[in-house]
Amino acid sequence: MTQVTMTVNGEAVSAEVEGRTLLVEALRDQLGLTGTHVGCDTSQCGACVVHVNGKDVKACAMFAWEAEGAEITTIEGMANPDGSLSVIQQAFQDHHGLQCGFCTPGMVMTAAALLKETPKPSEAEIRDYLEGNICRCTGYHNIVKAIMAASGQDAEAIAAE
Amino acid sequence: MPKDHGIGAPMKRREDVRFLTGAGNYTDDINLSRQLYVHFLRSDVAHGRINGIDTEEASKMPGVVRIFTGKDFEGVGGLPCGWQVTDRHGEPMQEPAHPVLAQGKVRHVGDPIAAVVAETREQARDAAEAIAVDIEELPAVVDMKAALQDGAPRVHDDLTSNLCYDWGFVEDNKAAVDEAIRNAHHVTTLELVNQRLAPNAMEPRVAVGDYQRANDESTLYTTSQNPHVIRLLMGAFVLGIPEHKLRVVAPDVGGGFGSKIFHYAEEAFVTFAARQLNRPVKWTASRSEAFLSDAQGRDHVTKIELALDADNNFTAIRTETYANMGAYLSTFAPSVPTWLHGTLMAGNYKTPNIYVNVKAVFTNTVPVDAYRGAGRPEATFQLERVIDKAARELGVDPMALRRQNFVTEFPYATPVAVEYDTGDYPALVDKLEEIADFGGFEARRKESEARGKLRGLGVNCYIEACGIAPSNLVGQLGARAGLYDAATVRVNATGSISVMVGAHSHGQGHETAFPQVVADMLGIDESMVDIVHGDTSKIPFGMGTYGSRSLAVCGSAMVRATEKIIAKAKKIAAHLMEASDADIELKDGKFTVAGTDKSVAWGDVTLAAYVPHNYPLTEIEPGLEETSFYDPSNFTYPAGAYACEVEVDPDTGKVTIERFSAADDFGNVINPMIVDGQVHGGIGQGIGQALLESCAYDENGQLVSASYMDYAMPRADDVPFYSVDHSVQTPCTHNPLGVKGCGEAGAIGSPPTIVNAVIDALHSGGHKVDHIDMPLTPSRVWTAMQG
Repeated sequence: MTQVTMTVNGEAVSAEVEGRTLLVEALRDQLGLTGTHVGCDTSQCGACVVHVNGKDVKACAMFAWEAEGAEITTIEGMANPDGSLSVIQQAFQDHHGLQCGFCTPGMVMTAAALLKETPKPSEAEIRDYLEGNICRCTGYHNIVKAIMAASGQDAEAIAAE
Repeated sequence: MPKDHGIGAPMKRREDVRFLTGAGNYTDDINLSRQLYVHFLRSDVAHGRINGIDTEEASKMPGVVRIFTGKDFEGVGGLPCGWQVTDRHGEPMQEPAHPVLAQGKVRHVGDPIAAVVAETREQARDAAEAIAVDIEELPAVVDMKAALQDGAPRVHDDLTSNLCYDWGFVEDNKAAVDEAIRNAHHVTTLELVNQRLAPNAMEPRVAVGDYQRANDESTLYTTSQNPHVIRLLMGAFVLGIPEHKLRVVAPDVGGGFGSKIFHYAEEAFVTFAARQLNRPVKWTASRSEAFLSDAQGRDHVTKIELALDADNNFTAIRTETYANMGAYLSTFAPSVPTWLHGTLMAGNYKTPNIYVNVKAVFTNTVPVDAYRGAGRPEATFQLERVIDKAARELGVDPMALRRQNFVTEFPYATPVAVEYDTGDYPALVDKLEEIADFGGFEARRKESEARGKLRGLGVNCYIEACGIAPSNLVGQLGARAGLYDAATVRVNATGSISVMVGAHSHGQGHETAFPQVVADMLGIDESMVDIVHGDTSKIPFGMGTYGSRSLAVCGSAMVRATEKIIAKAKKIAAHLMEASDADIELKDGKFTVAGTDKSVAWGDVTLAAYVPHNYPLTEIEPGLEETSFYDPSNFTYPAGAYACEVEVDPDTGKVTIERFSAADDFGNVINPMIVDGQVHGGIGQGIGQALLESCAYDENGQLVSASYMDYAMPRADDVPFYSVDHSVQTPCTHNPLGVKGCGEAGAIGSPPTIVNAVIDALHSGGHKVDHIDMPLTPSRVWTAMQG
């Protein structure tokens, strides 16, 4: 067992992990942050995306010990300080960008990373960036719209074109 | 301006807040004190005899608490099948045993052989690898027609063959259908495959069993669409636990699409093991396990013939389908190719003679059961493909041929035993032509051609049957369950309301849409109404959510219960205002005496019901809580018209969906935003079936597409924005809300639309291709183009 120390959603935390423990397992099982989900075992679905040192990472594709000293943000750390929904979260609700909610944390984390890189992405750029996130409920229509809206674009008009 | 609350308002979903902040409570998020973990050792061969299981070394490994094998389940019931189909000759289907853990034989890759229970997930997995199983591999049957040959390997030694049933529908129609086809002016024939799919809810299945020794009560937390069905099946048929000692909880569930209707071995196992070990036992499926243990969908091989007279009127339809059951009968598997498929073969058309034959076959593959649409996509696909082929053969416009044959008078009794109550199919096509901009297609085709691409336009019409009912009819058809639903409306003293419903929400937004109905009926704010679902200890006995039934069936129960609440509340209000209850009106949450300015507020009445100091105690009981069970008198019949434009790259065969339009009639709509989302999602899955997805088994029964590395799920860049419309509304005539159900429409209507569009594109490029089986991968399309 190894002790790993990291900062998660602004709080210093530590956990005892095996060499094979994945970051997502440490977050869910040891730290109780169950908002990050596991939807596959081949790093394809993106339900477990978190931010590690500001970059979007599949938390199933990284060992917990590799996060030693890292700054990690999970879906639990995405709301505004007063607890209200952030712009991206609010856009997902406003545009019905989620149904069962299982892929949603990964979608929000991926969208946040995209908008940091590309503040006003085109439809094609959004669809391309979401390649690593699978949603089975929405047919992606409203997810793409939500991300456009979160970036200040007229999602309704673009979707209707 | 759209309404901002009540029936018809696109209200934002209240459940989203918890899902968007990581506060959802899915089954895998539940961890109990002293919890153990189970790992299932599964068969890696499709068919084999188990000569021995050596667990000695494994049982000594760190953390191992106990290893279970089939022997431990010898006295325990098998998994029951919930529907018995009667064959063409009046005989019951062949129904094999389905043990919780394999007994003597394994019958598909993934069949569970042993279960290791240990202190940690890793320890259970490690120990499972140390179990030595002596399996004699037997020849496997994978292909359905081969499975029916004399001398084929037998999936179940105790059955007479691999044929589950040979079903004819309607058998009395057969002679007339044969005659009509013999005498037809034109007959179009099409042979096709509706390929096997994995439903792939993003949340893999999870089950946590718990046992409270203090009161001899078991609790199962599980990823289910219908906790009461699981309680009944598992309690009564598998483990022999009486219902009052068994609680089933399905908390937030991450999608179902049918695959979480069924009772699975893992649920029975964790409940059984928790009792044996007196500790909670948890199982979480990996995605790889999901591919080998979740019931799969579709897998029909069909020949369909469509007969037409000299004026292009449809005169007869005859179909022969082979339907794969897999290795065992999953809970509702026998009903899918029969009552959910044969009854839909009339489609939107007034064809006088229809005969459907279905042979259900056992093979050494994962069991097949209902997946989004369940039988109705299979019916629609073959019918709409053969109509398209007929139009091409006859040189007529495919939509004109459909219009000419539409059912236009309602109610309409089909030759396949159902009665459509309402519909307006020409209006749907009119709406479709508008939203899909048929007029602009030729210009878009020229523009594609200028870029070296072939462009095609495909159309499709569908009808489906939702809210399967009534119970006395489905009982005659072989259902071993009722198909009603239930709701309890509990008004609290201060006027807030909890509505306990039998329906289960796993993405459908019931927590938002159901309160819109109750709040609208009472004239109060939605925030005063909460929905409670998914826990058998809290809700009345209901049948759950599948087949687009929630609002039509459970919503109707909720309306009936709310009507009872209103009736009683009026009596209380009448007493408070010293008036006759016949004179009381309820509007905007206020009770008034008609023609006077006397009124009492909603909260005054609810408080009086629970603090009955001034109350007609001799006439009515205190309290304000009512339950209703609702058993519909008929199915509902949503319908729609879809169009798709594709581009085909002639150099590679790659298909790109450029435009997709859907005009649906769902009757009345409670929350149009949610309805749009349901259609989008269905279309997304239909695109997956048409272009990408397939459960591909090799000849040894190995599923070669058993992970997301190989099973092509639709991703954001595989699909376009969709144009959807549900403004054509012919309300259902037999439920109080006039609703029809919208959950499956997109998945039913889209696959044939897309295939029709690809065939149209190929013809525009001079490629006389009649049909390509799904998924229309670049390789299949390119190969077809080479002639």
